Amino acid sequence: MNWISNYVKPKINSLFSRREMPENLWTKCPECGTMLFHRELAENLNVCTNCDHHMAISPRARFTALFDGGIFSEIKVPEPIADPLQFRDQKKYPDRMRAAQKSTGEKEAMLVAEGEMGRTPIIAAAQDFSFMGGSMGMYVGNAIVAAAERAVKTKRPLILFAAAGGARMQEGILSLMQMPRTTVAVQMLKEAHLPYIVVLTHPTTGGVTASYAMLGDVQISEPNALICFAGPRVIEQTIREKLPEGFQRAEYLLDHGMLDRVTHRKKLREELVTITRMLMGLTPAIAGDLPAPGKVEDLAKA
Amino acid sequence: MATYLEFEKPLAEIEGKAEELRALARANEEMDVEKEAAALDKKAAQLLKDLYKDLSPWRKTQVARHPDRPHCKDYIEALFTEYTPLAGDRNFADDHAVMGGLARFNDAPVMVIGHEKGHDTASRIERNFGMARPEGYRKAIRLMDMADRFRLPVITLVDTPGAYPGKGAEERGQAEAIARSTEKCLQIGVPLVSVIIGEGGSGGAVAFATANRIAMLEHSVYSVISPEGCASILWKDAEKMREAAEALRLTAQDLKKLAVIDRIIKEPLGGAQRDRAAAIAAVGSEIALMLDEMKGKKPAELIKDRRKKFLDMGSKGLAA
Repeated sequence: MNWISNYVKPKINSLFSRREMPENLWTKCPECGTMLFHRELAENLNVCTNCDHHMAISPRARFTALFDGGIFSEIKVPEPIADPLQFRDQKKYPDRMRAAQKSTGEKEAMLVAEGEMGRTPIIAAAQDFSFMGGSMGMYVGNAIVAAAERAVKTKRPLILFAAAGGARMQEGILSLMQMPRTTVAVQMLKEAHLPYIVVLTHPTTGGVTASYAMLGDVQISEPNALICFAGPRVIEQTIREKLPEGFQRAEYLLDHGMLDRVTHRKKLREELVTITRMLMGLTPAIAGDLPAPGKVEDLAKA
Repeated sequence: MATYLEFEKPLAEIEGKAEELRALARANEEMDVEKEAAALDKKAAQLLKDLYKDLSPWRKTQVARHPDRPHCKDYIEALFTEYTPLAGDRNFADDHAVMGGLARFNDAPVMVIGHEKGHDTASRIERNFGMARPEGYRKAIRLMDMADRFRLPVITLVDTPGAYPGKGAEERGQAEAIARSTEKCLQIGVPLVSVIIGEGGSGGAVAFATANRIAMLEHSVYSVISPEGCASILWKDAEKMREAAEALRLTAQDLKKLAVIDRIIKEPLGGAQRDRAAAIAAVGSEIALMLDEMKGKKPAELIKDRRKKFLDMGSKGLAA
């Protein structure tokens, strides 16, 4: 208590006190408990600098790190009809949507973009776990179809970062129908002989795993990501026994032949560049600092 | 002895009384109970009609799971001839939760595939309650592939609570197997028709039901998650399954409105379990109709139609 809190009107007071709060400056690593300074954590792509635990990263932050110079353009996703079933549980679905939009600043659970990655033209799609658990509804289905169509039109590979609890229950059967819909999208890429690379991130489960997230030409996962169809709790309840350590984690799946690679987030970009360039029949990527894309053409002309 | 569902208890009482009266009369020849018993029969018939007139989604879910409902095996035995089961995924095992093989439907050779739940304790355990493991989906993929090569139409009968959530199933790639089965459904250049005969449980159902034509029995259900599962996640209370069943729109009637399915097959009064032969015959004629619609279509056309069907799905919501 000081003279401000005693004498200044509540509204003004809240302005002052807000400034004093060091909110969001520090994040505690959920694995090792280390306090991480926000700038340092962001620079390390939300990977704990102490224990390498991979925390969630927003699609926008991921794309900024993925595309050359952090430059990408968003691909418009056709808007599905809102709340197709007029779904009500304890909250109304539109209210849940608004809350998710407010907390993430995004429209929906998937972002699609095009740009260059190590001078390799690509289409990328990333699922946002913080938006209603990344759940797959009509919008996510539309996003994947739009991404595939754009990839086919521009003859670019599609790189998809999956993260989801599964289908969006509030869209009922229509969320389930995104399993075949997104599978059609994958088929468009395959028929056009374009690479479809899936990066599985923590967690990828349910109907998402059982459709587009398991149909990549190359399947890469971030370390320790939970990847499954049925979640560990459901399985434990069904078989009534404890599951082994690391069950359904990326490394476990790699051992069981379900993935091609498990790759650290910091090394992912380089690996994706290498793989896509080979599959697209391009020359090896040039390592090291490159001039901005515009200047390359100028040099070539000169 | 009929199995009564919870909401059928009042019916069980009346039918039980009529049965008791008749048993008494059989024991004692001088007693004439037929008039009273007939009155009870009439009352029971009316009650049955009332109960089934407007079944709530949760009651439909219970009917869809009724143990006496005809299952995949019953349909195959009654509607097909020369059924020749084909087993195994050529990789790990034969999954008894999935039946499949060559057969003749109206004399024409076809491939038939379906989930089988079993009808008593022993067969239910053998069939794993209709919950397939990766091997089941991989067997289906193999059979669909074969059907494609030999130009045989594929008929799938869907009746599963969902894919089996087990340790081995996960280790052997349950998700991948489902994804590939859905993919195969979309790739084959032969007619693919699907009937949901009981429970269409989530991804385990989609893996067989990504078809050119999809029909549902009147009291069957098809959903992204079971009402109990949905209730425990969204209501944090598994007992709220009635509300969840309502919200999920899992009935044949709602799915027809959403254009997710093409046809509803009428069931006998009181559900398929009360007149199994009639229900099976109705499914048979509907399969014939659906196959007829695709007669003469070229492989590329069938694939294109199927894709378009799923790409367009849901674009109109309940207003469709």
